Amino acid sequence: MHDDSAAMLACIPRLRRYARALVGDRGGADDLVQDTMERGWSRLSSWRRGSDMRAWLFGIMHNLHVGQARRPVLVTQPLEDDIPVTPVRATQADGLAIRDLESALRLLPSEQREILLLVGLEEMTYEEVASTLSIPLGTVMSRLSRAREKLRASMAGRTMTTSLKVVK
Amino acid sequence: MNPMPVTESELHAYADGLLAQARLAEIEAYLASRPDEASRVTAYRAQNATLRALYDPVLDEPVPTRLTTRRASSWHLQRYAAGLVIACVSGSAGWFLHGAGDQGARLARAASADDMPLQAALFAHQAAIAHVVYSPEVRHPVEVGADQEAHLVAWLSKRLGTPIHPPRLTKLGYELVGGRLLPGQSGPVAQFMYHDAGGLRLTLYVSTEQSQNKDTGFRFSEQGPVNVFYWIDGKFGYALSGSIDRGALSRVADAVYAQLDKPAQ
Repeated sequence: MHDDSAAMLACIPRLRRYARALVGDRGGADDLVQDTMERGWSRLSSWRRGSDMRAWLFGIMHNLHVGQARRPVLVTQPLEDDIPVTPVRATQADGLAIRDLESALRLLPSEQREILLLVGLEEMTYEEVASTLSIPLGTVMSRLSRAREKLRASMAGRTMTTSLKVVK
Repeated sequence: MNPMPVTESELHAYADGLLAQARLAEIEAYLASRPDEASRVTAYRAQNATLRALYDPVLDEPVPTRLTTRRASSWHLQRYAAGLVIACVSGSAGWFLHGAGDQGARLARAASADDMPLQAALFAHQAAIAHVVYSPEVRHPVEVGADQEAHLVAWLSKRLGTPIHPPRLTKLGYELVGGRLLPGQSGPVAQFMYHDAGGLRLTLYVSTEQSQNKDTGFRFSEQGPVNVFYWIDGKFGYALSGSIDRGALSRVADAVYAQLDKPAQ
């Protein structure tokens, strides 16, 4: 039992990375991780020892995220004035591409964004994604394909406008 | 013999490094003759790399304790039921005033017991909490900045129901940053913030709900890393907070007192 808890705790950084990319804002992402951990702890006894703990937790997070999206909630605007005084990462060297991708990501439907992130960020195989999200492999592939094409189109559009400005 | 047709899934698998070894050469040959498809695969790889560049830093961020602690009981809620110390449990305040939370809860209990000195100490404690909550703010340290001082004075005077103006501490090296309105024990209180050339911040917390308290002389209190000078004067309560040593804070407190004693200019 103690080892299982430790395994859960070890997943937190990856859950946070994924949630940040999925949700966007830091507070909302950590709220989702916190809910995931609490549900995980309350169901830890039902986790099948030897199965993939990471996939199990990501599955819980997926269900919570879908639930949150369905539930009509009071729309709140994060003020983004919470503690971090030091920036999470140095942003000086960010190319346009990075910031553009971040905003293009927000425009994707959440079911496409999830898959793109589980593959691109979490480096899951397509089969792992299918079992984590409990959807057929074919659905994974078609959503992945659509997500990547949308991103590519919006990035290409922006790059074109940008490159027009750098005429010498 | 024709090679097997290349599927969309295989292009993704190739981009993600998930393609079976046996198929690698065929896909590469396919892409070599189709520049459009090759650039698509390159774009997908770039997307993956950019995602990691964007979000991998999260892996190295310190994990907030709320994520690693099971919410097993509500002991801390009961402990802070006194209400006002609730600010202690969130964010940096909880860390900075670590240990001072006990003090706050004790003060809160005692304060209800009609104990005047303790009520004054409770006032100082609230001021210290307000200091640790707002003084580290980078983007929103105050509600109204010093550039709109006339508005700040008019607004806070109106809300506190009495003329109130921020003392000038320029001679001591502290410039006004601005001020904000905060909830006190039974109504609004004002907080003025100052900073020195090095960015070190002091806050002056002004309450007008102290009429039930006896006047006090200067009192000093250490609230964790924050030092507080406070005094009650009629219905007014003043608390000057900062992470500077007692002597330096006392000089500022003297300057504040000297100016407050006179009517506003």
